[in-house]
Amino acid sequence: MLIQDGIPTSEDLSKVLPPQNRLETGPVAMAECFQKIPCNPCAKACPKKAIHVEPDINQTPQIDFDQCIGCGICISRCPGLAIFVVDLTYGEDTALVLLPYEFLPLPVKGQSVLCLDRSGREVGRYPVVKVTPGGNKNLTYVISVAVPKSLAMEVRNIRVGGDNNE
Amino acid sequence: MIKEVEILVIGGGPAGLCAARSASKLGAHVMVCERDYVPGGQLVKQTHKFFGSEKQYAGDRGIQIGKMLIDEIAADPNIEILTEATVLGIYEDGVVTVLYQNQHLKIHPKKIIITTGAAEKFLSFPGNDLPGIYGAGAVQTLMNVAGVKPAERVVMVGAGNIGLIVSYQLMQAGVEVAGVIEAAPKIGGYLVHASKIRRAGVPIRTSYTVKEAFGTDCLEGVVICRLDEKWQMIPGTEETIPCDTLCLAVGLTPLAELCWQAGCQMAFIRELSGHVPILDENLETTVSGIYAAGDVAGIEEASAAMVEGRLAGCSAAASLGYSPQEAKIMLQAAREELNELRSGPTGSKIRAGLQKMSEKKGVKTAC
Repeated sequence: MLIQDGIPTSEDLSKVLPPQNRLETGPVAMAECFQKIPCNPCAKACPKKAIHVEPDINQTPQIDFDQCIGCGICISRCPGLAIFVVDLTYGEDTALVLLPYEFLPLPVKGQSVLCLDRSGREVGRYPVVKVTPGGNKNLTYVISVAVPKSLAMEVRNIRVGGDNNE
Repeated sequence: MIKEVEILVIGGGPAGLCAARSASKLGAHVMVCERDYVPGGQLVKQTHKFFGSEKQYAGDRGIQIGKMLIDEIAADPNIEILTEATVLGIYEDGVVTVLYQNQHLKIHPKKIIITTGAAEKFLSFPGNDLPGIYGAGAVQTLMNVAGVKPAERVVMVGAGNIGLIVSYQLMQAGVEVAGVIEAAPKIGGYLVHASKIRRAGVPIRTSYTVKEAFGTDCLEGVVICRLDEKWQMIPGTEETIPCDTLCLAVGLTPLAELCWQAGCQMAFIRELSGHVPILDENLETTVSGIYAAGDVAGIEEASAAMVEGRLAGCSAAASLGYSPQEAKIMLQAAREELNELRSGPTGSKIRAGLQKMSEKKGVKTAC
């Protein structure tokens, strides 16, 4: 359970998951932010004003999936590193997962990296498609990794190299 | 020689720096005494992004906020900042004594703002004096200030925000985190911090405590043990985890000695994490002219400490007659920000603590 081990349950996730028909139309963000904490940079960062933290900053973000274009700007802006973008239209069998990353060394485009699920379990090696810096001030990178469609809702972290905690 | 000062801020952390800036903005002259080599307090090691709203610089990292405040103060002719300046005492005649780079200073301020922050709590268990057992703050200082890799393999005790954040930062520094254990049945820190380290492979185990630490010359491992619902160790659930460092992040307590010594009326309020000075709505203690802000007045997030600092700085400057109109607007804004930060479920503890404080009848005395 999330409050005991830090792993969101499928019930937690069902509350923030974009609807299937939206997922099938292109990239879309999902905020795996389940606790009411005072925080709203995601809402300020969204160029489409698709993220709402209302009526006060203690509410969890609500993403208007029809407004969201999956640009991924919110990923590096979220202080909790809790926002991901999923693109199920990336390939015939592959989906793109965009995730925040703050470890060195950074992966490079084309590199095959270990992909981890929400519990840190290794679910396979898949290629990095893009490495996007969050900017000189922000310092969080967004890593785009191409995974099998079946893992689009599983892969939430990567490990560069093979060592634990690297 | 006694140096006359308008406002003396004791402690150059987030609350103190914001207090100095807001008082200066209203026109007051401020001296800040910081006992460390550099100002900034805990901000200088906070490499993670802060929460809150843009009014508290949310999304910026603590180190960036610290640098911005320090740069602003360096360019502010109204503020003088002394480093390696430890305040020793606040006397009945209003004189404050300071050990400043091996000199003994006497300062006579018109107003005092105490922003001395907090100290880490420790934990009792056999072997807790072995080299390799640290408070989380020390590990963070070694790693993020001194640039020293503090360990190879760490067990973290405490799943509050400090335990979770320092675990993440240890991993960023290339240290293996064997696990986070927490005596309470649930994670106390923000769950996004917990999820962040969990998906990097670090187990978080609630209802676990340290039974003992062992090692010949230094720490070689710890024995952890599961707790029942009455927080008693369950025999037979012991597990040994090899590690060279045990990091304790088991809570903070207000560093309120100067408040006691100055004669401020104090109260033990569990929700504020210890003995705190009783404050009024301007963050003035029961001793007229002495204010307190930040963790010394109750353990809370740094974003709240910054806003409290602003509030205390404004109150002190306004009481000296500076810019009453502007002060009123700034005070109002700070109070609204604090209410907003504290209004959600994670603010319930601090709200309960402040409610208890408001029920204590503070009796004002002259400084």
